[in-house]
Amino acid sequence: MSNIAIKPPSQSGIVNWMKENLFSNKLNTVISIICIYLVVKFLAGVVDWGILNAVFAADASACKAASDGACWGVISEKYRFIIFGTYPADEQWRPLLAMVWFVGLIICSLLRSFWKLWLLPLWIASLIGLGILMWGGVLGLSYVENTQWGGLPLTLMLAVVGTVAAFPLGILLALGRRSELPLIRVWCVAFIELVRGVPLISVLFMASVMFPLFLPEGVTIDKLLRAQIGIILFTSAYLAEVFRGGLQAVPKGQYEAAAAMGLTYWQTMRVVVMPQALRIVIPPTVNSFISMFKDTSLVLIIGLFDLLATAKVAITDPVWRAFYIEVYIFVAAIYFVFCYSMASYANNLETELRKGEQH
Amino acid sequence: MKSLKLIVGGTIAATAALSTFAMAGETVDSIKAKGYVQCGANTALAGFSAPTSEGKWEGLDIDLCHAVAAAILGDASKARFTPLTAAQRFTALQSKEVDLLARNTTWTLSRDTKVGLNFAGVNYYDGQGFMVAKASGITSATELDGATVCIEPGTTTELNLADYFRAQGMSFEPVVIENAVEAVQTFFSGRCDVYTTDASGLASYRQTAPNPDDFIVLPEIISKEPLGPAVRHGDEEFADIVRWTHIAMLEAEEKGITSANVDTFKKDSKDPGVQRLLGTTGDMGKALGVSDDWAYNVIKQVGNYGESFDRNVKAKLGLERGLNALWTDGGLMYPAPIR
Repeated sequence: MSNIAIKPPSQSGIVNWMKENLFSNKLNTVISIICIYLVVKFLAGVVDWGILNAVFAADASACKAASDGACWGVISEKYRFIIFGTYPADEQWRPLLAMVWFVGLIICSLLRSFWKLWLLPLWIASLIGLGILMWGGVLGLSYVENTQWGGLPLTLMLAVVGTVAAFPLGILLALGRRSELPLIRVWCVAFIELVRGVPLISVLFMASVMFPLFLPEGVTIDKLLRAQIGIILFTSAYLAEVFRGGLQAVPKGQYEAAAAMGLTYWQTMRVVVMPQALRIVIPPTVNSFISMFKDTSLVLIIGLFDLLATAKVAITDPVWRAFYIEVYIFVAAIYFVFCYSMASYANNLETELRKGEQH
Repeated sequence: MKSLKLIVGGTIAATAALSTFAMAGETVDSIKAKGYVQCGANTALAGFSAPTSEGKWEGLDIDLCHAVAAAILGDASKARFTPLTAAQRFTALQSKEVDLLARNTTWTLSRDTKVGLNFAGVNYYDGQGFMVAKASGITSATELDGATVCIEPGTTTELNLADYFRAQGMSFEPVVIENAVEAVQTFFSGRCDVYTTDASGLASYRQTAPNPDDFIVLPEIISKEPLGPAVRHGDEEFADIVRWTHIAMLEAEEKGITSANVDTFKKDSKDPGVQRLLGTTGDMGKALGVSDDWAYNVIKQVGNYGESFDRNVKAKLGLERGLNALWTDGGLMYPAPIR
């Protein structure tokens, strides 16, 4: 009946766990001791370098003197530039507020209790509000052109707008690829294969270097917008293939049952097929989003100051150039927080949605 | 620094035919209409064009851009900057995304013709050099036979290096490292004997060494890199303004006029050259299509060339004037007469 009672008491507790898993015989004991020694040695080195011998004040000469410690002073000096780029210093509360708002909005959208119809108007209103906040020019805010945007807000914007726009586009492309209308199918296949056949760098390059030359005289499309569209198109092609995998995994009987009930094509997709298909592809979809979030850093080759680019620019300052490792660690930590949150959320969502399947 | 130049040269040559060039005067009119000068700047090159910790653009090229804004609009702050990579810069100019390219661009024949640029002078004379460890005892580039050289791939720096060693009948072993910062660190760690890039870069990288005195920059300069501002081909009126703005900054330095004393000069100077420059006599500004106090605005708000050089290149990189001194001090900066 109760299998808790059967469990021998000797198996609980950290000492017993170690006895059982680390020191169960002579060989294991030796290997464990060596490994523990190496880990401790490594961690001690990290603590020495990163904390005990580190310089936290923004003082380059103190940093140079402390040759065996990290120079977090470079972060104290440059963090505003790394996070906000060339956005005017007096106005940096605007991208900060925009970022908090944006992240809050995203978190709300991710909670299942918020999945209501009013989320859509909320998003539209928020995007308008964020635009006003970032650009300004109305309500007494000074105008900041988007060539001055940079850092984390820019990275978040490229990634989130890219995700939100690429998701429906990817679904349409996946459906189009499985369509029975040859014209639609051929177009979708051609688009997906063309985009997947070239690296993102070349898409960005085309968008930023070649595309303006083909526009009529006097027409210029903003550099940021061109890059954003490039990222959306690129991501949508990858997502389309992910969704196609999901569509194929839905048993044929589901389609047939839906058809037997007299549902139209769009009803079938919306009510029967897509909910199942999308649930199946949560892990690869999140994988795509994470990789896209990091791929946005490629925009630095077209001169947009995203988070990684501002970090790289920060260390071209001759005074701080020697402390590039600290800057990269700082940026890596920011990326990690976002990517890891995405991955954890996806895990939770997956478990939540699987509950129905458990028997 | 100059990666992708070759690829871009080809791309631009192919597409230059598709693009149409601005009519003379159109750019100046549009600058006056929109109220600011849009400049293409380097994404980050300390001393020339780089954002500060506060996100403000600073540098020699940035100053030139502010000076052009002062000359045309009377207000140096009316300049905006678009950071451009080496690959983008020519397209950005051709497609009118920027009015002026002030981005340490080397003046070459093919860029002046095929690429469709119009160079409006040279605001910095650079050239490729070498840095070695002092302990190696090497004092001249001619002693570098058989050396391992740290270098970034796909740059004209790499081609210049190969040319130089071939011309000297010497051999070298390249250690190719994608990124400049890493290449320099590799050199400091002793992986290669020599690091090579533009002389301005060498001087600034040397400052970042654990002990800068352990390294020396060799006297030989193996290439010519006249860096200057460029406008669209056919955009003569605007090219004239950029060219003479630069010359006015040089002329001011030659006459000893600085942003601090320009008002005194304007009031008291009996020198007809100074009076023409500052617009108290003559109509030099009218000839350029700007107000007669254009050069006064430039000097008052931005300063002369020497001031700009000192606060950017010298302060940030620790570089001396060298070739960029005035001709009166043995340099190459020779302002044409303003009359």
